[in-house]
Amino acid sequence: MCSEQKRVFSARYESLEAIDAFVANAAECAGFDRCTVYQVQLAVDEACSNIIEHAYGGEDRGVIECSHRIQDGELTIVLRDYGQPFNPAVVPEPDIEAGLEDRPEGGLGLYFIRNIMDEVVFEFDPVTGNVLTLVKRQGNIC
Amino acid sequence: MEIATREFKRCTVVEVSGRIDSATAPELAAVLKELTDKGKYDLVLDMSDVDFISSAGLRVLIDTQKTCQRMNRGRLVLADVAEPIYEAFDLAGFVALFDFYEGQLEAVGSF
Repeated sequence: MCSEQKRVFSARYESLEAIDAFVANAAECAGFDRCTVYQVQLAVDEACSNIIEHAYGGEDRGVIECSHRIQDGELTIVLRDYGQPFNPAVVPEPDIEAGLEDRPEGGLGLYFIRNIMDEVVFEFDPVTGNVLTLVKRQGNIC
Repeated sequence: MEIATREFKRCTVVEVSGRIDSATAPELAAVLKELTDKGKYDLVLDMSDVDFISSAGLRVLIDTQKTCQRMNRGRLVLADVAEPIYEAFDLAGFVALFDFYEGQLEAVGSF
């Protein structure tokens, strides 16, 4: 079923599984291989976890609107929330070569989003909400 | 997510199934902490039935590995990690921090 293109989810961690199923279906409809489907699931899960934790500052304080579009083998996912704006520039890149004891606690979610998706655009508007646009093109990973 | 633990002579196996995300990672953290609090530092995490793990789950694995490896008293190893998940581990630079085994039997045999 590839026709459903927009859904609204409660911004709570329990929604992550349903959001995941929604975007996995979209990625499969786009014809992606299973590793690329997984990458899309991971990037969207990280983005939605960040929305709940940082934009809303906790669970059950709003919604996450998720929509997708497939065109020419390219999957575009748009996530909208109405929480606090988030400045991705202030999140440092984690040192992924650090030894075990020096591994930083955070920053991995945004790192995944940036490194997995082909395009990542954050937009903030006090009226229309925070919009994160994620684009993935077909990879050939597995 | 479901978690089962099995005691072996030289290590403890933790079998996880389903999703490890922000909703479920705290439960996995609690199970692993209970084991390390009992002095069990040789651990196998059997991931054969794990469908998905986010950075919230990866943080739990890093924390547990730190606890296990402190003073060289043990280690957490990973068994039967699906290819898409392994790719994400590689992207996160996790491959250098864990020993990976194809199956639970090999992982248990490494202790």
